[in-house]
Amino acid sequence: MRRYAALRLAQAAGVLWAAYTVSFLVLDLLPGDPVSAMAGQGADQAGIDPAQIARLKSQYGFDEPVPVQYAHHLGRALRGDLGDSVSAGRPVTSVIGEALPSTLQLVVAGLALAVLLGGGLALAATYTSRRWLRQLLLSLPPLGVSVPAFWAGLMLVEVFSFRARLLPAFGNGGPRGLILPAVTLAIPTGAVVAQVLAKSLLTTLDEPYVQTARAKGAGRPRIHLRHALRNASLPALTVVGVLVGQLMANSVVTETVFSRNGLGRVTAAAVTAQDIPLVQGVVVFGALVFVLVNLAVDLLCPLLDPRIAAAGGRRWSPA
Amino acid sequence: MTGRDDAPLLEVAGLHVSYLTRTDRVQAVRGAGLDVRPGEIVALVGESGSGKSTTAHAVLRLLAPNASLDAGTVRFAGRDLAALSERELRTVRGARIGLVPQDPGVSLNPVKRIGEQVAEVLRLHGLATRRTAPLGAVEALERAGMPEPQVRARQYPHELSGGMRQRALIAIAIAAGPELIVADEPTSALDVTVQRRILDHLQHLTEESGTAVLLVTHDLGVAADRASRIAVMSQGRVVESGPARRIIEDPQDAYTRRLLRSAPSLTAVRARPRHAAPAQPSEPAEPVLVTAENLVKDFPLPRGRTVRAVDEVGLTVHRGRTLALVGESGSGKSTTARMILRLVPPTSGRIVFDGEDVTAAGGAALRRLRRRAQLVYQNPYASLDPRFSIGEVITEPLRAFRVGDRASRAARARELLDRVALPAATLDRRPAELSGGQRQRVAIARALALEPDLVVCDEPVSALDVSVQAQVLDLLAELQDGTGLAYLFISHDLAVVRQIAHRVAVMRAGRVVETGETGAIFGDPAHDYTRELLAAIPGGDARIGAPGARLLEERT
Repeated sequence: MRRYAALRLAQAAGVLWAAYTVSFLVLDLLPGDPVSAMAGQGADQAGIDPAQIARLKSQYGFDEPVPVQYAHHLGRALRGDLGDSVSAGRPVTSVIGEALPSTLQLVVAGLALAVLLGGGLALAATYTSRRWLRQLLLSLPPLGVSVPAFWAGLMLVEVFSFRARLLPAFGNGGPRGLILPAVTLAIPTGAVVAQVLAKSLLTTLDEPYVQTARAKGAGRPRIHLRHALRNASLPALTVVGVLVGQLMANSVVTETVFSRNGLGRVTAAAVTAQDIPLVQGVVVFGALVFVLVNLAVDLLCPLLDPRIAAAGGRRWSPA
Repeated sequence: MTGRDDAPLLEVAGLHVSYLTRTDRVQAVRGAGLDVRPGEIVALVGESGSGKSTTAHAVLRLLAPNASLDAGTVRFAGRDLAALSERELRTVRGARIGLVPQDPGVSLNPVKRIGEQVAEVLRLHGLATRRTAPLGAVEALERAGMPEPQVRARQYPHELSGGMRQRALIAIAIAAGPELIVADEPTSALDVTVQRRILDHLQHLTEESGTAVLLVTHDLGVAADRASRIAVMSQGRVVESGPARRIIEDPQDAYTRRLLRSAPSLTAVRARPRHAAPAQPSEPAEPVLVTAENLVKDFPLPRGRTVRAVDEVGLTVHRGRTLALVGESGSGKSTTARMILRLVPPTSGRIVFDGEDVTAAGGAALRRLRRRAQLVYQNPYASLDPRFSIGEVITEPLRAFRVGDRASRAARARELLDRVALPAATLDRRPAELSGGQRQRVAIARALALEPDLVVCDEPVSALDVSVQAQVLDLLAELQDGTGLAYLFISHDLAVVRQIAHRVAVMRAGRVVETGETGAIFGDPAHDYTRELLAAIPGGDARIGAPGARLLEERT
């Protein structure tokens, strides 16, 4: 188990480093740098003193060779310093930190809703013995996956805010303001959870050990919840880890649709302004969250299935 | 139990079960009937597809969701189980009728401890409280013959061997003290010596407690050894039933006779003409094809340890002859064969193929070896690409070695199909359209496509029904007859080996413990382990012609 955890931890660190490096290289290869962009804003370049541009560039370190810049930045990043935002003129970490609570609320609420709705749907669809109901429930997830987040958000606002006047349409107004964005965010994610879990449950319910449980005299609820669910939840749990990335990406769209402050808005603005340190900060931060969530999932899996820890990440079988 | 021939405990009559498939409704059981009296063992025998498992599961009403019990009654202790509600059935399942399922590898919940799974039965039927259940579970495991039951109760299924898992399942079945146990092929997935120990224990246990057993098996030898009465099923009907001895010695139905003829464990002593059977063991020696010397294979374990799967094994395969490699699972027989085929690199040792040292052969030399040594796998359901047509399957080796053109390859495929006795129309069909026996014939045709010198057969008939087994063994013998083809035949089944092999090498724990001519090994085994293996062949009590056949008369 300790070996398994160490292995996962090393993998997580590796992913984080790769995310940092790739984002650094890609953003560096993009044409233009923030200084030129700032200087060129709204006016022709002729009016600006080239010396001033050069001084700004050297202040931000853009004039050094790429490997030197990379080593310098990586060293700072390891100490938790992601540089200064060009457009805000403050440390990237503080910009992200300010926007974080609102986004965190949204993503956590969205994830919780997705797991509850998706898991509930999968359980209901596999539990019912009515064919038509099962077919109906199982046809919902593909629909949920194919609906774009912005369209779902607009429809929810139209129905619940403008027509029924039940919930606020925009802004950061407390828990009630969180409901619609969280639902919007939860739809595509919950749909995937439902799809994976339902499929996995149906496969598990066909396993011989489920029949053993029936032969013991166990009833349907017990078989479903005590025997099948735990075995079936592994693929769904792994998918949830991956879906956190999708959730964060969708939060950009959702925050824009609902005019919420947060990391999504910050990202959109940073990209428009070519604020490279900030964009990179967001990328690295996203990778960090993603890696941490998946690390948690990996460490949770052996608790659900004892066979995983036994294999220690490497499987041995005598032919 | 002669004094207890009162009313039957279980009485199945006019049972009809059908399965709804995508296209139509398939009748699996058509009017089956049988009865089991208290305390007796009744064997339900038949081949796959005969409906024996479906009948057994219908007793507990544990049918697949697409199956329906169309007609018939299942009277158990005076009640018709076929008419009970699901809720009422739950008080019967586990408490009054226990099930020992087929495959111990997959029949235990992998994420729950053994003790928990046994305790669940006691808890479900109110036979123990949360406090007393763990103790009750350990007790049940002990009765099921589990070694160190207290330790095992805390372990997970994947930490136990197949035999121990089956004991855990038996513990689950007997925990609540049922009147009837339905055992569905309880030992088919286990090694013969383990099979024998488990069946011995099950028999002893039920005799002691007066529990009746409905024993479903494909193996007439097992049925003859264990049951007081046998019911033979074919195509959804019970074609014959009666006292075990009468069925074995004087079968009335044509199907029973056919089943008896092909049961390898029962025919072992009967003289049976075989093309490849060694007429005289001392006939002039054929030239040597393969020699393996001091083969060793170590597999790595976590934390730098290793396990020695094959330990200093030496073998010789002669042209035109069959060497059988016999042993239980984990004995290293498959690994040895895979090293000889150079599919697995040996840790040390030497392999000589037709005079050439191929131990470290690579590139062209290895490719030459691939062409001359072929493999037939155990499971014909998994070893043929489901998307290939049969023609493509058979000609794949030819295409891989660029032999001939399209037309000549097609002609070769037809010729090969003819040699394995399949119609030419099979060429355009897909593996899924063929039966298990037909698929194994295709696999053999594929192995022969390049006219190899050596074919390694890895348990080639153990996935097949007995009557099909006999046909495939006949075919293998026929194909060898008059050619220089050598077989390395891997099997755990000594009865099968006896029918096909010229020489036998017995493996145990990675070592060859005994080698010799087939007749010598069977007639005069030198090693204790060989004797143990021979004794474990089921049907020993009923083997035709065997003197002193003790046929459990006290229970008939």
